[in-house]
Amino acid sequence: MIAKPRIPDLLPEPGGPVGRPVPRVDGRLKVTGAARYAAEHPVPGLLHGYVVSAAIARGRITGIDTAAALAVPGVIEVFTHRNRPDLARFDRTWQDGDAPRGSPFRPLCDDEVQFSLQPVALVVADSPETARYAARLVEVTYEAREHRTDLHAHRHDSFTPGKAKGGFEPPPPPRGDPDRALALADVRIDARYTQATEHHNPMEMHATTAVYHDDGTLTVYDKTQGAQNTRSYICKVFGLPASAVRVLNPFVGGAFGSGLRPQHQLFLAVMAATQLRRPVRVELSRPQMFSFGHRPETIQRVALGARRDGRLTALIHEAVQESSRHETYVEIVVNWSGQQYRCDNVRLDYRLVRLDRATPLDQRAPGAATGVPAIEMAMDELAFALDVDPVDLRLRNYTDTDPNTGKPFSSKELRACFAQGAERFGWARRRPRPRSMRDGRELIGWGVAAGVWDAMQGRATARAVLGLDGRLTVSSATADIGTGTYTVMSQIAAEVLGLPVEAVTFRLGDSDLPTAPIEGGSWTVSTVGSAVKAVCDRVRARLFDLASAMDGAPLGGAGARDVTFAGGHIVVTADPVRRVSLTDVMRSGGLPAIEEEAMSLPYMVARSRHTLGTHSAVFAEVRVDEDLGTVRVTRVVSAIAAGRIINPRTAASQISGAVVWGIGMALEEETIFDHTLGRCMNHDLAEYHVPVNADVPEIDVIFVDERDTVVNPLGAKGVGEIGIVGVPAAIANAIFHATGVRVRDLPITLDKILMRQEE
Amino acid sequence: MRPFRYARAAHLDDAIAAGSESGTAFVAGGTNLFDLMKADVLRPDTLVDVSRLPLDTIDDTPDGGLRLGALARNADTAYDPRVQSRYPMLARAILAGASPQLRNMATNGGNLMQRTRCYYFYDTATPCNKRAPGSGCGAIGGVNRIHAILGASPSCIAVHPSDLCVALAALAATVRVTGPDGERTVPFAAFHRLPGDTPERDTTLEPGELITAIDLPPQGFAAHSTYLKVRDRASYAFALVSVAAALDIDGGTIREARLALGGVAHKPWRDSGAEAALAGKPATPATFAEAAGIVLRDARAHDHNAFKIGLARRAIVRALTEAAGGKHP
Repeated sequence: MIAKPRIPDLLPEPGGPVGRPVPRVDGRLKVTGAARYAAEHPVPGLLHGYVVSAAIARGRITGIDTAAALAVPGVIEVFTHRNRPDLARFDRTWQDGDAPRGSPFRPLCDDEVQFSLQPVALVVADSPETARYAARLVEVTYEAREHRTDLHAHRHDSFTPGKAKGGFEPPPPPRGDPDRALALADVRIDARYTQATEHHNPMEMHATTAVYHDDGTLTVYDKTQGAQNTRSYICKVFGLPASAVRVLNPFVGGAFGSGLRPQHQLFLAVMAATQLRRPVRVELSRPQMFSFGHRPETIQRVALGARRDGRLTALIHEAVQESSRHETYVEIVVNWSGQQYRCDNVRLDYRLVRLDRATPLDQRAPGAATGVPAIEMAMDELAFALDVDPVDLRLRNYTDTDPNTGKPFSSKELRACFAQGAERFGWARRRPRPRSMRDGRELIGWGVAAGVWDAMQGRATARAVLGLDGRLTVSSATADIGTGTYTVMSQIAAEVLGLPVEAVTFRLGDSDLPTAPIEGGSWTVSTVGSAVKAVCDRVRARLFDLASAMDGAPLGGAGARDVTFAGGHIVVTADPVRRVSLTDVMRSGGLPAIEEEAMSLPYMVARSRHTLGTHSAVFAEVRVDEDLGTVRVTRVVSAIAAGRIINPRTAASQISGAVVWGIGMALEEETIFDHTLGRCMNHDLAEYHVPVNADVPEIDVIFVDERDTVVNPLGAKGVGEIGIVGVPAAIANAIFHATGVRVRDLPITLDKILMRQEE
Repeated sequence: MRPFRYARAAHLDDAIAAGSESGTAFVAGGTNLFDLMKADVLRPDTLVDVSRLPLDTIDDTPDGGLRLGALARNADTAYDPRVQSRYPMLARAILAGASPQLRNMATNGGNLMQRTRCYYFYDTATPCNKRAPGSGCGAIGGVNRIHAILGASPSCIAVHPSDLCVALAALAATVRVTGPDGERTVPFAAFHRLPGDTPERDTTLEPGELITAIDLPPQGFAAHSTYLKVRDRASYAFALVSVAAALDIDGGTIREARLALGGVAHKPWRDSGAEAALAGKPATPATFAEAAGIVLRDARAHDHNAFKIGLARRAIVRALTEAAGGKHP
């Protein structure tokens, strides 16, 4: 056991807004429409670009006839690979902060078509309608080459990727002798699990408004999860200094990972604006939202061996996943299985197949939302084979140290998740036998699954300015993609300085603000929140020093640990009549404002000695129509262990939203490919199904108490992703419990249930 | 979308005259047409807006039936008390389709004219005989989970997407049409057509003809009818299979039956042979299964839609069982 290091700057037990369900500070702007998104910023003289998308999956453009488009009144220019400006040559210049190893897609680079729906031209006109119409008139001819888009057909043509992307860890080496242990096991499960390609489809489609200024500088409104990542990409690709480009993304209408990398509408808008020296907006259509990153299609094998008492003796988890030909996209799919369960004989294997598709892209809990459902379905199969309660089986194989690394978890209250979730759900009343619960023609099933995700932290800087009006402005170049960043950062700042939340303004979504990384990986509270705390700690120290030097000694010589900041005052904790207002302190010091900047770093040493993660236990009830195979999810309880919850309202909203998506993953979401054409066919929201309100039941979210002094000074782990991870398997397991039919292919549409029933 | 001329018809005669020109399309609610124009699937030169014509009422007919104006909104039709009490299967079918916003805009006549939701019809980069005659059928040998199992042809395996039309087929409604040669009536079964080798034609309407009303006969099967829709999510999805089932039962014996399916063919699929087989039989699951067998006797599956045959069989039995039981949720 490694002793936990002494960490001096933990957030004390909160007495202010941290931990309270503060309503979104930007809520009013959103519901009144005052919040502007990337395609909504009014710009005089704005031109509009519309993308022409490739009709083939692989080949060469042999001709582009733009005459008819250019003849349309109002059309300014048609950009193709033939008239694009000279651009950066080297791959690394095109690599953004979330790029995997390889050669990033370069829009309009040459005559090569790498994937269906690839942008091949941009029509710029004085109205969006004209641009879209003229785009239809661009005649593109192709010489098609043989393509491959079918993962199943090519799954054996795979390779093992290295550490091809930041944050990726290849699977650990095998432990013990898993094949022999499997062969000798009392009970064995060995099955194949598959999951369809999914596209992010945030409500707001990707858009960029690029404003060119007379001095050659640019203001760019982009749909992105990282204004500085976008700025860096523009500067590298177009050879501009950072000072010449400002990127703004104050509001983002959902992203789920789709905004982690600069998408081609950004390049096209900036290229057109700089070439035409006019402001240009490019907004993708809904079908074009299927033209870039996505959750990759995956084929997995999970084999489990166990003793009669339920202890795992063998665990094999193999995954084959798609990447593109030009980049090596990787995500952690199989490692979770070795981390979640105690087992001496383990082999984890992760391989890729190159397909003629756009490069996949992180999508909410990338890898975990793919790999964990497979192991969690397999655990359910094992529980059934052993006739052991599925919760009990997981507890029998529970581990407090990470078997992949031998390190302890910084905190792991998964047992409490199971206990509290089961209690709330009424799990004890479950009849174990499948098809044993029904209501008329409906079979009722109860399923459970665990979830796990990382508790990552990066480096960030924040600036704070406290004015004589008592208002505090804190800023950092992070993003709020709907998660509640504005609100929780305001709470953290208000907590440290003892201010009401209303006295704090948090600014984000501007590349000119202090450095922050892309908003993703559930690390924004951890990363930016820690910087906000750090800078507010500095302001607090300045204020205390000034107060201590004040005439009349209002604090009576109290030390820094003897005072509390509350209600806009510094108060001597033991003698609350001794107090001084923050603004009086500033006036006495002759300061019109206090301004500080601070960078926060992860506790590198402490972190390196631990495995840090969030955990969940998800319980689901389904009703399956016995004749028709239709599935309704009627109840979900999700119990989450994620450290300190800064705001239970916005956090619960993250979990509920993720449960909704998990229902979609389990039952509905699938990008359907025609492999003859190499093209996805259901590229709109009528045929690409996501849950509608009628599909969404009561969702009960529990946050269990979890104290963590390693993760960061806030003790908060982040909740953006953990909410989805356990949901698909909980539903799949509930369907098995209801019907006795095991469908291992997500999404579980009714045809799969009916066909398995007939077998 | 491509530029087009717009004309608003003040009178039915004006509409017919304008609509007889080639390249013209009538528009009322526009809920399907505008989408298809934006997707560049339909490219009319002229839109004749008929939405102001006085065809939006729902009236009793002398024979005891109901006349649904072509321009009455789907929502107004579904919530009309006479429709709800006398034709509950129709109300249920309408409310199973689209969303409240769309039903508020969409008209009854327009519903009959909506186009298939076949992926290939919508994507102009792919072959489709319905959209571009002679270009081939992408769905045959392609992605065809949602496609036809009955009445398809080597040219087209698309299905008609309407719910309302399935109920109208079962009710044996009559479509009233006015064209350059005056008014005519079309039995519902003869309004939509099978693809054959001209899948570009969905209906038997002639150029310039406009739907003015849909007549419902007096028999609404209010006591024993239902509309069952099976789909991939609880709302806002097109039918994989739907069934309009209506029975006239006398002491446990079926006097008359109506049975129509949606989501399985190029048109609402009413099977009079199955209806005849039900007549005179006891209202039992065995009878219903026999009828289902008749409906599906010529069903043919493609790569991904074999499940629809078994699903349709189960859905028919379920719908007839519910209808017989008089269940109206």
